Amino acid sequence: MTESPLPPPVPALAAEPLRRRRWLRVPAPWRRPLAAVGVTVVAAWVVIAVFAPLIGPDNPLAQNYAILAAPSSAHWFGTDELGRDVLSRVLSGARVTLPLSVLLVILAMIIGAVIGAAAGFFGGWVDNVLMRVADLFFAFPGIILAMAVAAALGPQLRNAVIAVVVVSWPSYARLVRSLVLSARSAPYVIASRMLGASGWRVLLTDIRPNASGPVLVLAALDLGNAVLLLSGLSFLGLGAQPPTAEWGAMVAEGAQNFNDWWVGLFPGLAILTVVLAFNFIGDTLRDALDPRTARAVRLS
Amino acid sequence: MLLIGITLVAFVVTHLVPGDPVAANLGQAAVGDPAAVAAFRHQYGLDQPLPLQYLRYLGDLLQGNLGISEQSHRPVLADLEEYVPATVELALFAIVASLVVGVGLGIVAAAFRDRWPDHIIRVVSLGGVSMPVFWIALVAFYLLFFRLGWLPGGGRLDPAQVAPTHLTGLYTVDALVHGQWALLWSAVRHLVLPGLVLTIYTVGMLTRFTRASMLEIMGNDYVRAARLKGLPEHVVILRHVLRPALISVITVAGLAFANLLSGTVLVENIFAWPGVGQYAYHSAVNLDLPAIMGVSLFIALVYIVLNLVVDLLYGVIDPRIRLS
Repeated sequence: MTESPLPPPVPALAAEPLRRRRWLRVPAPWRRPLAAVGVTVVAAWVVIAVFAPLIGPDNPLAQNYAILAAPSSAHWFGTDELGRDVLSRVLSGARVTLPLSVLLVILAMIIGAVIGAAAGFFGGWVDNVLMRVADLFFAFPGIILAMAVAAALGPQLRNAVIAVVVVSWPSYARLVRSLVLSARSAPYVIASRMLGASGWRVLLTDIRPNASGPVLVLAALDLGNAVLLLSGLSFLGLGAQPPTAEWGAMVAEGAQNFNDWWVGLFPGLAILTVVLAFNFIGDTLRDALDPRTARAVRLS
Repeated sequence: MLLIGITLVAFVVTHLVPGDPVAANLGQAAVGDPAAVAAFRHQYGLDQPLPLQYLRYLGDLLQGNLGISEQSHRPVLADLEEYVPATVELALFAIVASLVVGVGLGIVAAAFRDRWPDHIIRVVSLGGVSMPVFWIALVAFYLLFFRLGWLPGGGRLDPAQVAPTHLTGLYTVDALVHGQWALLWSAVRHLVLPGLVLTIYTVGMLTRFTRASMLEIMGNDYVRAARLKGLPEHVVILRHVLRPALISVITVAGLAFANLLSGTVLVENIFAWPGVGQYAYHSAVNLDLPAIMGVSLFIALVYIVLNLVVDLLYGVIDPRIRLS
């Protein structure tokens, strides 16, 4: 036999894509287009936040230029009412918003999880008291409660973060409580208790790993809300104070100078892209979970 | 119960924090004068122990007395009577508009599941959910008022106009009832811009939820049965899927309405809409405690009414609930 017209043997065909796939292995949810976009955008903003002083053309606080100059080749996003470069301010705003929103979601998650776990695990009057309190906080429209807290503590970025945490923890408490309630009667928990494990030990070593998935999804979905609420407070003057380059506060400046559209447009776009990216990620994560849990997360 | 709880939370939050209403409400000079400070504290009962203050507040509340605003020096109830109708008008407009648009888009998305209309609607509604409402308000203000001049930019009427004869406080309704057509036109035009912004704010949530609950119901056997017996697709979707889906949509609509109230704080701020949102903002910034408590009570009341309305609507949609 001379050259065979047959294709190469089957194993070779199969091995090639297999090997390549192993290298490029990306967990299934992240291969969805929305998630890919979301992750890319968030990654880009993280890079910007880290390297803002190097990327930004100018010091975000320096008042070096003509005031309220329209976007041009020198100032891509124009300058604001104090002659500061809007592009530099938008870029450095990422350094304020991203770390703070992650921090406050983590805080809310921890507080909510501890309270929810205590309520679910101990039941009885502990459950009643804690959950009634959570319901009360839940019943307030977010920004009105946050506004009252932030105003009462004094207009500062730190207090705005506290205010958003105060508003956000109840949803975690509710979710964790329901997860703990359903886990409490599971055989593995009963087994652990029969082996003599204490209440908190059961919670931390047996229930926590099983409950963390939905909680993290809720946290991912909540990140976008956290950014919106925090920048909303700053927009109202109850968060970041001048001259901090914070997006919400910058949009408020834009509202003062609304005929110079570039002052408010770009920081708002920054908020929009970050929140959208967070929501893309959170949404995909939720869809990746089993639809029933997904529904529970959405409702809580 | 909820009412009392809300007053308690609002009371604790506003009273236990370090913020000092004296400094916020008296001028610089007066703060230096101990007599003026003491008089102020006494006038508003701030010199008494907290539990006593709270009990006194509850006692007054039972008599319909919400206290005197430290800012406007008027009864909080009178302030609320002035501001509530403006916000109610705005919120009703927005919730009706977002129900129509949101449920409509949700139906389309569910009917075209995983095809391009669905993808577009999903991305757009996520975009709506992700939009900072104060920013979209600013953009709308700039484009539709400042640039194009299609719509008025703020307030409820043109500056020269006098409010229509008082009936409900909703200018559109009042003007309509009394046949004041010029006022009606003006009120509607002023309502559209802030109303649309709030609609964008809530429509995404409703769209997503309508789609999700319709898809869930489409998995039922009776839907397949309806299809198999040859009903046209639109009848299946509208009559067999939409109706049960509406039950959960209405639950979310209640949430969306509460959300709207949050949105009004930011939107009213930009469009100079004289409503509860602005009132809440100014009282929070100035630590006007009776006013903050009043707003909280109003919100609690809205929740209670909302829950009632939602329960009644369940009955309208689902005859089984009506019977039981």
